[in-house]
Amino acid sequence: MTEPIVQVEHLRKEFKATVAVADVSFEIRRGEIVGLLGANGAGKTTTIQVLLGLTTPTSGRVRIFGQDFEPHRVAILQRCNFSSAYTGLPANLKVWENLLIFAKLYQVKNHRQKTAELLDLLEITHLRRQITGTLSSGEATRVNLCKALLNDPELLLLDEPTASLDPNIADKVRKLLRRVQRERGISMIYTSHNMLDVEEICDQVIFLNKGRIIAEGTPQQVVTQFQQKTLEEVFIQVARSGDVLEEDAQ
Amino acid sequence: MNWQRISALILRYTFLYTRSMPRILEMFFWPVMELLVWGMLTQYLQTGPFKVPGFIKFLLGAMIFWDILYRAQQATTISFLEDIWARNLLNIFVAPVRVSEFIVATYCVGFVKILITAAGLCALAAVFYHFNVLSMGFALIPLFINLLVMGWAVGMVTTGMIMRWGQASEALAWGIPFLIQPFCAAFYPLASMPAWIRPISLAIPATHVFEGMRAVLAGQGLSLQCVLCAAGLNVVYLTAAALFFRFMYGQARAQGLLAKLGTQ
Repeated sequence: MTEPIVQVEHLRKEFKATVAVADVSFEIRRGEIVGLLGANGAGKTTTIQVLLGLTTPTSGRVRIFGQDFEPHRVAILQRCNFSSAYTGLPANLKVWENLLIFAKLYQVKNHRQKTAELLDLLEITHLRRQITGTLSSGEATRVNLCKALLNDPELLLLDEPTASLDPNIADKVRKLLRRVQRERGISMIYTSHNMLDVEEICDQVIFLNKGRIIAEGTPQQVVTQFQQKTLEEVFIQVARSGDVLEEDAQ
Repeated sequence: MNWQRISALILRYTFLYTRSMPRILEMFFWPVMELLVWGMLTQYLQTGPFKVPGFIKFLLGAMIFWDILYRAQQATTISFLEDIWARNLLNIFVAPVRVSEFIVATYCVGFVKILITAAGLCALAAVFYHFNVLSMGFALIPLFINLLVMGWAVGMVTTGMIMRWGQASEALAWGIPFLIQPFCAAFYPLASMPAWIRPISLAIPATHVFEGMRAVLAGQGLSLQCVLCAAGLNVVYLTAAALFFRFMYGQARAQGLLAKLGTQ
């Protein structure tokens, strides 16, 4: 079995009276794509924010690449990257300018060659000189992914990367992520409300409800565990009977 | 501190500013308008019924110096706001960038913007009002540096406040310097201020800079005391501002505000 790249132990995050993450522990191994699933408020975004160092945990331990996050923040982030449907790149800059800035931030060697390769891989070489703000959602998503792959990350965090994409582009993005993961052995943490996405792309899923893990395993194992036919049905069951499940999990 | 990352951030702001006509205009529009209004007013006061001698150089000098302070603060805070407006803040904060590197980059960008704005103002003051700021000679350098550092300190405080209280507190970016203005003896000498305000004024580095500027313009030479007082206070305020910013950054992370700010 390969070494764990991410180790989360008894993670808890409180915001005043609200418990966003109650007690979450999991591990992610090299080359795995793990889906963090759950309804709104389940705690998946907070978990990702803690993994990225945007939010500090109330208690618990986060180790990435075998190192505690806080004292090794810069070294860890150098080996990670992030893409989200909810963030953007500066709109009035050209695509190549944005990519150049991030290539320099991540201190990418041979950044021109690297950028050209990724633009080619993502089939967006023709957008190189376009102003970022003029891109369609699908094009912007691919440019974001290009930025996220610039530093050859060993861990890629993807927050709803296919949100707002039409089914055709979403399918292309999923296939591309699978290909990148196969070719480069990247570990990915993937959040999505689109269960088709998750079934297609994730090796493992972690279902969160009210800040706790209520199920984990391969998508098929989770579907079987809940005696449903699809992850979509599991999601709906979890969302509608969360309290009962939470008590069961405890 | 990694200079490659700092230069990447500077490059980002360079692209941003050179690509945007409104941002270029913003560097000159208000300073030039102020220079014209204050310049014409002082010309009137000098040549009109009041006949105040030498008034123009004191007022225009103060106006240009005030702009250095104001722009230094603005550059720091607005650079941070630019990343919020572009929804790029998260991309920056999840990159391997130290907060200190981010701050230093905003300082560098601010420094260049101020040099460009100040050069424009100095040229206009010379052409329209025959007032040459450069006639202050080398005295200009320590006075300029002290204003710059104070602007950076105030900028760090306002950025920390925006980080903690979100975009709702954006007005602070524009307003905070004007809270200082009445007390820092920018446009009038310290001696003319009410006695109870003077201890407050003396605790502000800019007060010593403006007093020093007036002395130089009056031909009394650069007061070392003014420079040292301003520098000493700046060291204290810059350190306090850095601690305040660090505290606010910690608070923002503890409360998940950084992520909210980055996706608003």
